[in-house]
Amino acid sequence: MHYTEEHEWLREEAGTIIVGITTHAAEQLGDVVFVELPEIGSAVTKGESIAVIESVKAASDIEAPLDGEIVAVNEVLVDKPEVVNSDPTGEGWFFKITPSDPTQLSGYMDKAAYLEFIK
Amino acid sequence: MTQTITPTSLSAKQTPLFDLHCELGAKMVTFAGYALPVQYSKGVLEEHRHTRAQAGLFDVSHMGQIKIEAESWTELAHSLEKLMPQDILGLREGSQRYGFLTTDAGGILDDVIVIRRGDTLWMVANASRKDIVAKHLRSHSESNIAVTELTDWALIALQGPASEAVLREFNQQVYELGFMESVALDLGGVAAWISRSGYTGEDGFELSLAATAADTIARALIAHDSVAPVGLGARDSLRLEAGLCLYGQDITEETTPIEANLSWVIPKCRRNGGERAGGFLGAEMILNQLDMGPSRRRVGLRPEGRAPMRSGVRLYANEHEDTAIGEITSGGFGQSVGRPIAMGYVNRDYAQPNTTVYGELRGRRQPVAVVRLPFVAAKYKRSN
Repeated sequence: MHYTEEHEWLREEAGTIIVGITTHAAEQLGDVVFVELPEIGSAVTKGESIAVIESVKAASDIEAPLDGEIVAVNEVLVDKPEVVNSDPTGEGWFFKITPSDPTQLSGYMDKAAYLEFIK
Repeated sequence: MTQTITPTSLSAKQTPLFDLHCELGAKMVTFAGYALPVQYSKGVLEEHRHTRAQAGLFDVSHMGQIKIEAESWTELAHSLEKLMPQDILGLREGSQRYGFLTTDAGGILDDVIVIRRGDTLWMVANASRKDIVAKHLRSHSESNIAVTELTDWALIALQGPASEAVLREFNQQVYELGFMESVALDLGGVAAWISRSGYTGEDGFELSLAATAADTIARALIAHDSVAPVGLGARDSLRLEAGLCLYGQDITEETTPIEANLSWVIPKCRRNGGERAGGFLGAEMILNQLDMGPSRRRVGLRPEGRAPMRSGVRLYANEHEDTAIGEITSGGFGQSVGRPIAMGYVNRDYAQPNTTVYGELRGRRQPVAVVRLPFVAAKYKRSN
């Protein structure tokens, strides 16, 4: 698992990267009430805002952590945004990217570094 | 993920319940200069639900409690009626009223609760406005009016359908209170002013008591099975569902009471043709607007879909026109209605219920229905 400073996690699975937000981020956000997902097939650029998450407190942007193409989105979150709170690193995933440059992954933190980062 | 979470500033003032909030695991934020809980461990949605289902305890000690005294009640009431378009003279012992202080230009200086206690008037002002309110009262009153800010008093609200049953375990007499009535009672050895009122649309009570007694009472109340502590997050979603205004967002010095759809708070006796018509700051402007109708009006708004529209979202007549016809002043997710809700101002031509306007969210215009307020019907307990 890789972690970004934007509190996203990235997990490799059969050539694609699954992206979600960390448990720490979900706790900080509070109850999530709305998620807007990117379109399947869209080409995204690292750092670009491609999804929106709204909690009872505020709206936040989710950035594309890598260049690539969105190949799947978690439609469950449209009707059940609360899954982001109950299972942020599992059922609460946001989207899957096929990266065009997998070496971008190496720039991200591992778990130990992320836990240090949020201290 | 980019967002800002406001941490509690070190210079923030503390309420008498500060230690209790921390013990209960509250997430603290700075609000109007005070360190206050935005939520406890259960989270905003659960706290909201709990208040509508049972009873929520809110620390509202940051609000201003101001005592106003004069030689006689008549003198006091006449003096206040120069600053407020409400019927102060007609207040009976122990009764309280919602009202507002107006500006010269007809704007709202603050929305307040006034309570008659003997021949004195107690005023509850918004935390962000209490200094301005006290200064305003002093500078506009004759020298025989005494204005005292009760800085060593706490205010605790208990809101929700179980509130009465809970408080009756402390004192049976609370049962006798009707909505907007207030009385001095002993609560397990603590002297408190109790009023049947609140900011959630639910039946409930507000307890005004010495700061030194607040912690004891709050702990005794939350020890009850039906009572959970509730933070500012749920306080905001509850009041929004109840269609109640938040000063600084929905009403300001730039909005008049008529635009704010608060005409109902101006009684007949203070309107044109009434026995004590006008005579308050901004009266000409406000009463003229009451007769002619305002050019914009505060309305309830229901965005289509699931995306919340918050304060600052601009409203348009259709999907393409450049000129906005209004703006959202409060918005979020209405837990009890299960969808996003909002309120805001729209030009008079769009203020009728069932009108469709368009809110611009992240560059896209989405339909928003103009609806009647409140979103959740009030459950106030009228007099027995």
